[in-house]
Formats: sequence, C-alpha cells, structure tokens
Amino acid sequence: MKELVVLSGKGGTGKTSLVASFAALAGDAVLADCDVDAADLHLVVEPKIIRRSRFSGGSRARVMSGHCIACGKCDEVCRFDAVFYDGPGNGRVAKTFRVDPIACEGCGVCAWFCAEGAIEFAPADNGVWFVSETRFGPMVHAKLGIAEENSGKLVSLVRAEAKKVAEARKLDLVIIDGSPGIGCPVIASIAGADLVLVVTEPTLSGLHDLGRVAELTKHFGIQTLVCVNKWDLNAELAAEVEGRARQLGVETVGRICYDQAMTEAQINRQALVEYANAGAAADVKEVWSGVSDRLSKLGPFAIL
Amino acid sequence: MQIAIASGKGGTGKTTVATNLAYVASRGGHHVAYLDCDVEEPNGHIFLNPQITDRRPVASPVPQVDAAKCTLCGKCGEICRFSAIVRVGKKVLVYPELCHGCGGCSLVCPADAIREAPREIGVLEIGSAGPIEFAQGVLHIGQPMSPPVIRAVKAMAPRSELTVIDAPPGTSCPVIEAVSRADFVILVTEPTPFGFHDLKLAVEMVRILHLPFGVVINRAGLDGADVRSYCTAQRIPVLAEIPDDRRLAEAYSRGQMAAVALPEYEAAFTRLWKSVEQARGGVQ
Repeated sequence: MKELVVLSGKGGTGKTSLVASFAALAGDAVLADCDVDAADLHLVVEPKIIRRSRFSGGSRARVMSGHCIACGKCDEVCRFDAVFYDGPGNGRVAKTFRVDPIACEGCGVCAWFCAEGAIEFAPADNGVWFVSETRFGPMVHAKLGIAEENSGKLVSLVRAEAKKVAEARKLDLVIIDGSPGIGCPVIASIAGADLVLVVTEPTLSGLHDLGRVAELTKHFGIQTLVCVNKWDLNAELAAEVEGRARQLGVETVGRICYDQAMTEAQINRQALVEYANAGAAADVKEVWSGVSDRLSKLGPFAIL
Repeated sequence: MQIAIASGKGGTGKTTVATNLAYVASRGGHHVAYLDCDVEEPNGHIFLNPQITDRRPVASPVPQVDAAKCTLCGKCGEICRFSAIVRVGKKVLVYPELCHGCGGCSLVCPADAIREAPREIGVLEIGSAGPIEFAQGVLHIGQPMSPPVIRAVKAMAPRSELTVIDAPPGTSCPVIEAVSRADFVILVTEPTPFGFHDLKLAVEMVRILHLPFGVVINRAGLDGADVRSYCTAQRIPVLAEIPDDRRLAEAYSRGQMAAVALPEYEAAFTRLWKSVEQARGGVQ
C-alpha cells in the first residue's frame, strides 16, 4: 500500500480540487484529509460519516480557584505567558491565578510545581475525527477544534487510521490532502510517505514556496513531483517554476490551464473530472496518469 | 494600532491585502510597519522588496544533560509531556524537534544536571521598504514549530502608528500566535464553497479570542457562496470587495502590488483603509 501526499507550500493553489479529481480517477483509494484545521475536501466528496471519535492530543492546565493560595509559583514557571493573576477570590485570598486555555501550551509544569495541588491537568478535547464513505471510496478526516494545538498529532492519527482502512479493505493507495506551509502538520503528513505531489502556480510566491516545500521533502527523503496549476496565467513564470523544480531534482508531471470550470465544479460539489471533460479537466487527467505511473514504479516494498 | 490579516483558507489574498494596505497607509502619511508572521512561507517581501539590514537567529531552548551529574532518576522524562526527553537504560536521550521549551526538565532535575541551550529554529529579518518598516520570520526547513519564530517577529515590532501583521492560514496555534493582541483582524475570504467554509472557522476563531474584526471579500463576483448575506446576518462588517479581476492575478504573479500596478486599486485599498479606521474608530 502506498501513500501519495498532495502539498503546495503556498495555500490556495488547488490541492483539494486536485485530490477530489484524483479520488474520482483512482477509483479505489482511501482519502485522508490531513488539512485538519481548515478541511475542505468533504465539501466536494460529501462523506457519509460511519464512525466519529474524539481526539485529545494533550492536556491543559486549570487552576481550581478554591484551592489556590495565590503563591504565584505557576506564573513563575510558565514560559508561555498563559498565567494571569485575575482569577476569582476565595476565603483565603482576594484574587487567584488563572490559566488562559488558549495560551496554555499543555506542558503541565505549573501543575507539577503547585504545592497546593490546586492545578488540574486533564486531557483536553482538541477535536474530532471521522471514518466515512464517499462515492469514490472510504475517507478518514478530522476537525481540529478552533484555536487548538496538536494539529500534527491529529494528522498522524488520520494517516494511521486511513492506512488501517486501506489494509482492512485491501486497497493499494491512500491519497492525502495536505495543509499549506512546511511546519508541524505538513511534516506529520509526509514523514514516511511514498510520494509527494506539489501543486504550485506560476507566481513569484508560488516559485518561492515551491523551493521551501521541495527542500522539506528532500530533507525527509521523499520522492517529489510538481505540477503547475493555472500555468497560462503567466507562461514565462510557469517555465521558470519548472526550471527551478528541475534544479531541485523534482520532476514536472504536468500543467493545468486556468479554467473557470475549476471553481464551477467546486460550487457544484463535484470533482473537476466529473464536471468537465476538456480544458483543465483533461490536464488533470494527464497529471494523474503521470502520478499513478510513478506510483506504480515505486515498488511495493519501498522501505526495504 | 495593530491590524492582523488572517483567512482560514490559504491563497485567498492575505498577502495582497496586507501589503497593499501597508502601502496605501504609508502613502497616506502614516508611519507603517509590516510584519510577515507567515513564517513557513513568508511572501510579503516579494511585493515590498525590503532592504534587509539585520538578521538574527531565533532559538528555542532545549535541554542538555550533563552525564557526570545525572543520577538517572528519570524525573525529566516524567515531567515532559512531549516525549522530548526520556531515560533509556543508563542514558537520557533528548529529541530536540519534539521539545516545546517549557523548561520543566531543568526545573525538576534534583541533580542540577540539565542546562538549556538555545537551538536555532529560524531567523528574523529586519529592514525597510522605503518608508515602511519591515520584519519577517523565516522558519528553518524541517523545523515543525513556528510559534516561537512568530513570537520573535511580533516582539520586534517597531513602534509605529500602524502595524500590519500578515498571518499564516488556518485556525490553529500559529495563527493564534500571529493575531493575538491585535487591535483589529481582517479576514480575507473568497465566495467559493471552500473560502466560505473556512471563513466561518476563522470567524469562530476571532470570536473565541474576543478580537474585533471585519471581512474582505476577494474575487467578488464568483457566486459560489453568499458571503455577504452571512456577514449581514452575523453583523460582521464587510470592509471591501475586491473583484475577480485577471489583471490582479497577473500583477500578483509578477510580484507587483495591485495599488502600484493598477492605479484604480490604490483608491480601492485607500477606501479599505478608511473603512478599517471607521470600524476601529480611528488610529490610536
């Protein structure tokens, strides 16, 4: 079983639209939406949720104001400016300390050092994840709670569950919709994956961000392909992006033209290849054939 | 006044709004600073072309264990919630990428065997783009944790009348770090199903943070989602609508600010700046 991760570095280049079309073209793949803090794939593939589970990626501190003696130790040890001296008073002190749940990093140092045992450090509810069915096959997806931490852990969980589904159903491919950027959730989505496709655009920003994301995949030793979306927005830059990719040792697997059908398909809750045949849809099919060709050449035991 | 530009969904036009806003406010005679807090993929420099005059490493503290003093009691591994330090047999291992820099291990060590050493995770670049003061953070490739770099950029904020913060996409910790303590947040969206869905997440986020905010609708004219009705129903001010104009996309592709490449957009972004001032009740 292989894992294909679709990334972009820069946001909004068309990752999710491409993943939806790949799902339609692959037929028998497991989908994993690893853009857990702004997941959109479900808007197109309309999953029917079969199983729903809570996700707790860590714990969070809470001062039990009744027990606080306002010694200030928690404030002293907290490195994340999460402790405030504005909690409600009790019989002994007029004011107590309070932990801001949003600023709290979940390190538990305050709870460890509180001599009164007045700080509760309990698992936080950081989100929810789902196993679903779509018209293209099974899907694992998640919703990180707003303003929550631990997106990397949730991404790892979604990936692991998607693999389990693939194994149970004897499916050969997991297609992962990644998040923008190069930080924690992206690293969690690619570590140990078989192939990365970077979707970029012919802009100076796209060029800049491709460089960073390609260096990241190189850092983790993952084979990488690139495709330029909306290439005809600036043909010169499209060629430059492809040249840069070559320098980085990344093969270009196709170009996708600028086509309003891409947005129209999304509005109609359809994958582009379901909505249209020509234009960008034809280009996406080309890209998919390049990607699936590369996947088939990877061999079943890439790690060995 | 600090204004943060955020979005939920990536690629909706945060950097376009942030750079153009900084530009027109500066042209209008205000002392402006632009802070690129999208440290994973900072792109503002492409449009503002700053002269970088100072580069400083951004470091996060990680533990170093003095084996001579260590008694192998294992307390460090017990306090660490991130599995970044752990005793294995007769050794204590440290995994720097997992370390959040909380300092718990060095505080708890009864043998005083743990010292913290800075580990570079990114760089802070400071300079100016004409009259606009400029700072950006750049996370090193392969480093997972961006919040300390974002914190460093914000700590560097020069004193200015207007500070424009270009935030990363999403709604989780890096965004929170970028927008927290802003006086006003501009959420940039586009009227597509994806843009609208992620706008609603971003609205929830700024409401949890109790920050005043307004919305800019980019690529207006696409009729994929009724963002305007939503904003009206939610009593959210729509600060501006930017049309779905291919010339804008082309100028963007070349790294040109709309207000520079297309004169009518200088006026449009000046109006946006006025509506932000109005929503805020003036520069303070």
